[in-house]
Amino acid sequence: MKFTLSWLKDHLETDATLNDIVERLTSIGLEVEHVDDKSSLKPFVIAKVLTAVQHPDADRLRVLTVDTGDGKPPVQVVCGAPNARAGLIGAFAAPGTYVPGIDVTLTVGKIRGVESHGMMCSERELELSDEHNGIIDLPADAPVGTSFASYAHLDDPVIEINLTPNRPDATSVYGIARDLAASGLGTLKSGAVEKIPGKGETPVKVVIEAPELCPGFALRLVRGVKNGPSPKWLQQRLIAIGLRPISALVDITNYVTFDRGRPLHVFDARKVAGNLVVRRARDGEKVMALDGREYTLTPDMCAIADDNGVESIAGVMGGEHSGCDENTSDVLIESALWDPITTARTGRTLGIITDARYRFERGVDPEFMVPGVELATKLVLDLCGGEPAETEVVGYAGHKPKIVSFPLSEVTRLTGIEVPKAESLDILSRLGFKPQGSGDVVDVAVPSWRPDVDGKADLVEEVMRIHGVDNIAPQPLGAHDAVNSKILTTLQVRTRTAKRALAVRGMMEAVTWSFIPAKHAELFGGGQTALKLANPIAADMSDMRPSLLPGLIAAAQRNADKGIGDVALFEVSGTYEGDGADQQRRVAAGVRRGTAKLDGSGRSWAGNSGPVGVFDAKADAIAALEACGAPVDRLQIEAGGPSWYHPGRSGTIKLGPKTVLGTFGEFHPKTMEGLDVSGPLCGFEVFVDAVPEPKAKPTKTKPKLELSAFQAVKRDFAFVVDKAIEAGTLVRAALAADKKLITAVSVFDIFEGASLGADKKSIAIEVSIQPVEKTLTDEDFEALAKRVVENVGKQTGGVLRG
Amino acid sequence: MNATAGNLEALEDSLLADIASAADEPAIEAVRIAAFGKKGTVSEMLKTLGAMTAEERQLKGPVINGLKNRVTEALTARKAELRDVAIAARLAAEKVDVTLPVRQSPAERGRIHPISQVIDEIAAIFGDLGFAIAEGPDIETDYYNFTALNFPEGHPAREMHDTFFFQPDEKGERKLLRTHTSPVQIRTMEKQKPPIRIVIPGKTYRQDSDATHSPMFHQVEGLVIDRSANVANMKWVLEEFCKAFFEVPSVKMRFRPSFFPFTEPSLEVDIQCDRSRPGEVRFGEGSDWMEILGCGMVHPNVLRAGGLDPDEYQGFAWGMGIDRIAMLKYGMPDLRAFFDADVRWLSHYGFRPLDMPTLFGGLSA
Repeated sequence: MKFTLSWLKDHLETDATLNDIVERLTSIGLEVEHVDDKSSLKPFVIAKVLTAVQHPDADRLRVLTVDTGDGKPPVQVVCGAPNARAGLIGAFAAPGTYVPGIDVTLTVGKIRGVESHGMMCSERELELSDEHNGIIDLPADAPVGTSFASYAHLDDPVIEINLTPNRPDATSVYGIARDLAASGLGTLKSGAVEKIPGKGETPVKVVIEAPELCPGFALRLVRGVKNGPSPKWLQQRLIAIGLRPISALVDITNYVTFDRGRPLHVFDARKVAGNLVVRRARDGEKVMALDGREYTLTPDMCAIADDNGVESIAGVMGGEHSGCDENTSDVLIESALWDPITTARTGRTLGIITDARYRFERGVDPEFMVPGVELATKLVLDLCGGEPAETEVVGYAGHKPKIVSFPLSEVTRLTGIEVPKAESLDILSRLGFKPQGSGDVVDVAVPSWRPDVDGKADLVEEVMRIHGVDNIAPQPLGAHDAVNSKILTTLQVRTRTAKRALAVRGMMEAVTWSFIPAKHAELFGGGQTALKLANPIAADMSDMRPSLLPGLIAAAQRNADKGIGDVALFEVSGTYEGDGADQQRRVAAGVRRGTAKLDGSGRSWAGNSGPVGVFDAKADAIAALEACGAPVDRLQIEAGGPSWYHPGRSGTIKLGPKTVLGTFGEFHPKTMEGLDVSGPLCGFEVFVDAVPEPKAKPTKTKPKLELSAFQAVKRDFAFVVDKAIEAGTLVRAALAADKKLITAVSVFDIFEGASLGADKKSIAIEVSIQPVEKTLTDEDFEALAKRVVENVGKQTGGVLRG
Repeated sequence: MNATAGNLEALEDSLLADIASAADEPAIEAVRIAAFGKKGTVSEMLKTLGAMTAEERQLKGPVINGLKNRVTEALTARKAELRDVAIAARLAAEKVDVTLPVRQSPAERGRIHPISQVIDEIAAIFGDLGFAIAEGPDIETDYYNFTALNFPEGHPAREMHDTFFFQPDEKGERKLLRTHTSPVQIRTMEKQKPPIRIVIPGKTYRQDSDATHSPMFHQVEGLVIDRSANVANMKWVLEEFCKAFFEVPSVKMRFRPSFFPFTEPSLEVDIQCDRSRPGEVRFGEGSDWMEILGCGMVHPNVLRAGGLDPDEYQGFAWGMGIDRIAMLKYGMPDLRAFFDADVRWLSHYGFRPLDMPTLFGGLSA
């Protein structure tokens, strides 16, 4: 919403400065977005070039003598403009003047040896336009010696406010003046509209076939008008707010739209055939609108049609066919009410933004429908002459004001500031509300121009914004009287810790899109209909991700494509198993590419990093689970993972037979192909929300540390087993041989070779033994070793390697 | 050999010369064995003492023992000398080039994304003010995202143009991606009786894409509901937050009346800043205003939707962009880079994993 200061002062009696007005507007909720204040152009005066001769030393320069109209002798000015000539009248800047377009304050200077006492300016130098081919060339009657800014009507600052969608009342200069006056920044002048009697009925009848879209329609014929350019004052106002003057009749509608927030439309009565019918558009019905474009309508839209077809898209834009032009002699003035939602939807669907739509979608004042016609009629008569018929009003049932029961104590309750009762009531009255009664609770009638107000909280807002939000002093929120306890849930703590734990492993946290290409989703078990967006922003952002891996793998590849092939990325975020609130999982996932191992990547004098693989992913997965508090010593690793992994180089991490805590591995060649990525590549995913909640314990005391007094011993064993035997099984068998004495079993060598046989391998383990009651004798060790060999043999078929 | 005086003198001279000329530890050991071994020259001399008469022994004993002691002493001294030489030689041989680089610690290499870091910063501040952290699903129903939050039918946000929708299910219900974190307000009110003090960080989605808008972004929402929370309290909370978050001793904030469907009264908040230096924003100084958040008193209809009586309970809510305040605080120019996972960007703008924001240690290092 744009307006000029002088236009505002048509409605507001005030001595306030521009600055005060701008600050007040913002503080009462009419946020000023931009002020175009050309007051810096004040020092520029209209001056006349008396003589222009060639500069003795420069081909392109001329030496001018200029009459600045101050009664003093002409001044000498050196000028480079090709249009500088004797007799030209333009804008002159004296030494000492700041010229905004070149950001320079002028001084008396010599240009190629000739003194110059000022400057004749181009439009660009005054920041009026980009025009710099010559200096400003004014008509011969421009008054020399007077202010250029006031001559060019640049001394009227233009204010633009960013209007919130709830304030239809402030889509008019009058409404803005009313708000400012209510805030104490002046007095609102009367907005009363003179009633103009008409002669005879308006012959064109209005038929409302869609009353739900049109709660009222006023139409008035004015015969015998002469439509030409509108007067200068009107043109200048429209130009100042960015509108193009067209003709008096059209300019009047625009003027009333901005002045009173009352959009109007004018039909050339001679082009209207039969009656005007307000109805839903027919599917596929076409109309050529005033912007010269053809629009195709649907039954969701409201049209005004005559016997020729659609003449206007209701509330949005008129049609070209029945528009007014210089030949219009009889004009039909339309002032109607349109359903805000339909207007908004129509405008959005058709992609039309107009000043009419802007107001109708917010809701115009129904009580100003008829006065709008009267105001327009007066302007038409003033500017174009003619004879009005009577106004025809159809469908309007009148406005029944909303009554809000308002306990005045609400102001203090909601804002924390005490506003005296009288002041609250006064503020409401000044805004046009009608409080009735004088007790603690009053009934407040809401004015017809405030459809947004319907409850007592709305009235609190009115009092608060006019009384001043700045007057509300911050008050501490009741402080807690104890040390704060833990505020994060287990899942939040785990999410946070998992991130830090993975970052500590040299990985970088990525945040990738929740929606991924359908093909990627399908490769990772997703792609179901319920998780497909109906309106994705791009075709490859269509499906909610079933896994974090495709996004991370694609991200790793993007880095590789930029020449950074060794990357380790992770993400801890949501994946989607379905569209239910409980089907969003919290997952930690990571990928390593190239040689981005835990200790670093690439080559080093101390040893190169090899390609990443399943065990790097396994280590990451277990680290993440450990950070989430999973019981790492009870995890079971099963060979193989979901279909997107390499079947022989992946694993599943379980806790008990049912709970899957994660998967890890290298990827299936078809996955890599489907994602169009290259390796080496490995990754993991762990389900943070599947880790069991820790048991609440009555104490934080740690279990007592038992340290054995006897020396710990290590013994090595090597077993020959079938190749298919998993090391994990063998390790568990060795551990189980004596749960009391054996504290750990580690695998330190795996050997396969012809000497063992084609289907065999050797697994070498180190068994840690911690005597607890006495030092073990050789016989004790023999017995223990025997139990280890026996149990391993029983569980795996392995025999001690000879 | 006889232990004549001449012989002894010659033997001593010869041994001392051998000791002096021994070049390394094996050589000196050879000299020792030659002198003191079983058949060693000095051992042999000492053996002769046994066959002597007492008088002879009284005479020769001290002489021979004197020789033994002097030779022993010379041996010990030379041995120590040679050991030092040997150690020095070994050390010289073991010298390495300590300027060779070592690998960087993974903890120094890894990075936390600015969004996670800023969420932790927010949690640290609001945790101190007695707030809990609440979360909710990204895929929402129309009810939680719009209806319960007092969005009227026909509100532009409900259009496909602004909001991501899923296909309607068999009941005709159309799920959507939440456009704000506000549905969690309702979900919290349904589960928990006031007093409520929560902040809600999370992912949000809108049909928007340019340098400052992304179809997926992050918001943090705050909600306070009790029997007295008012605009004055809200101003206090937000000013305290901004001071703490931007780590400046004071901030100047401008509260402007505004409009949101789910609050009434509604306010937008600008923060005073200095943007005169390219690529840098300083808070608590300067003459620019920058919009930073929206807030207001929870709309009575929203309280009702949460099962609360608006005449009994009241409160305020606010929301702001996590990405946006992260960009402002840490000077990141383009929102799109947040979601690109370029490791150069992550390495530069990300945070070291051990830089954990706390109030007692300072939010940022």
